[in-house]
Amino acid sequence: MQIEAVLAGFGGQGVMLAGKILAQTGMMLGKEVVWLPSYGPEMRGGTANCTVIISDEPIASPIIPHPRDAFVMNRPSLEKFVPMMRPGGVAVINTSLITVKPERDDVKVVNVTANKIAMEVGSAKSSNMVMLGAYVGATDVVPFDALMKEAKKAFQKKAKLASINIKCLEQGYKLGQAARAGH
Amino acid sequence: MAKVLMKGNEAIGEAGIRAGGLCYFCYPITPQSEVAEYLSRRMPDVGGSFLQAESEVAVSNMLYGAAGAGVRAWTTSSSPGISLMMEGLSYIAAAELPAVLINIVRCGPGLGGILPSQCDYFQAVKGGGHGDYRCMVLAPSSVQEAVDLIPLAFDRADRYRNPVIVIGDGMIGQMMEPVEFKEHKFPPLPPKDWATTGCKGRKRNVVNSLYLDPIEEEKLNMKLVAKYEQMKREEVRYEEYNTDKPYQALLVAYGTTARICKTAIQQLVLEGITVALLRPITLFPFPEKKIQELARQAEWLMSVEMSTGQMVEDVRLAVGHDRPVYFFGRTGGVVPTPEEIRDAVKKHLTGKGV
Repeated sequence: MQIEAVLAGFGGQGVMLAGKILAQTGMMLGKEVVWLPSYGPEMRGGTANCTVIISDEPIASPIIPHPRDAFVMNRPSLEKFVPMMRPGGVAVINTSLITVKPERDDVKVVNVTANKIAMEVGSAKSSNMVMLGAYVGATDVVPFDALMKEAKKAFQKKAKLASINIKCLEQGYKLGQAARAGH
Repeated sequence: MAKVLMKGNEAIGEAGIRAGGLCYFCYPITPQSEVAEYLSRRMPDVGGSFLQAESEVAVSNMLYGAAGAGVRAWTTSSSPGISLMMEGLSYIAAAELPAVLINIVRCGPGLGGILPSQCDYFQAVKGGGHGDYRCMVLAPSSVQEAVDLIPLAFDRADRYRNPVIVIGDGMIGQMMEPVEFKEHKFPPLPPKDWATTGCKGRKRNVVNSLYLDPIEEEKLNMKLVAKYEQMKREEVRYEEYNTDKPYQALLVAYGTTARICKTAIQQLVLEGITVALLRPITLFPFPEKKIQELARQAEWLMSVEMSTGQMVEDVRLAVGHDRPVYFFGRTGGVVPTPEEIRDAVKKHLTGKGV
């Protein structure tokens, strides 16, 4: 079993960090993982994305032209990556910033007002954690407690932000689970 | 030791330290600057030397000097930077000094771009600098393998008194994978009694590459050839994939490209098409005998590269006229997809390619 997710957004929205926490969680569960950033010339405020692969088998190609899932935090990312997804995948969409609907009826769409939720919890900077929680809630790609453990480790040096990030992960997870159950 | 999730460039830096590479010279260049960044932080902790030189030309001559003094010296750079080091590399090879150069290759020619490529195969494998020399060339295809090959690179550099190049494309430097730093045991090395360590109480050692007497220069060349022949006998490394069952075609690919080929092969299996892969781990010495042997069971071969066709020449040299050898490549920083490789294989199977 191999799951690939592309995580994409503006530079600064925290997609790279969200991807690292996801990959780290996979590794701690004994899975094979790859975290592959898009790298190339970029301007400040430009787009950023990474691909995370979690697999039970050694990972052959780290290049995934058609990921199963996508986690998009802004409109350019939606327009670029949702069309590349394989049918049957899960698209988590930050509807705080994305007002258009994806033109796909063969993927499961999970709408999350990530910025709004993060601001209510305490910091708009944590919208990436709402998205990550929702993605894990909607897919169970890794157990939530394992994700929480790695997230806590990642934020242990930033006590102030840690509690906000953890709350955002929880809120996102609940939304993802609800979407999964079809509510 | 537990696995840690590390970016290729940082893992390379750590592996170099653990292999005893305590003398590191560099000049930053994308996509490998994180090696230098990592080592600038780590080297003081382990009592090593981190030096950012004024240029890559200086780096290669610092390597020459440090290696001549008998310490484990190394550098990392990327294509245009490595080109600037070629003069020094030739001197290091001529003076029979151990040094490790790591090239995280970016696309070219010229300044090119910063995206992954395998366009420096010729430069690494066929000498690169002036004069008649070879480097041992190791090509990892994962972060773990990079970490495992670096101690080998340092050991073989010392053992052969010859520069060793580790070549990875930008992907190897930029991606994160779980790594484990294993203990690597090697047989004891001969003492570096040739090193310029101060000659009090002994005859002075000279590190030099100038031979005006043609007979002496030819002697040096023959001595170097003997080392390369020994490498060809003893150091060839490769990975076989799907060669344990009958196959129609044999792909040859190294580094990240080999991993993409594996996914293409898995896709082809679903369509009932059986293809095998030979992944050279040493590009010099090249696994030519193994390719010859595996080629006998294939109708044709295809070299898959992120270049316009470089390793394919060595594959053709290995099989001669016995089998057709095709080529598929993407360049300029474009990474081939498994689907493209799959389709290239299918084209040749139906005879519509060639």
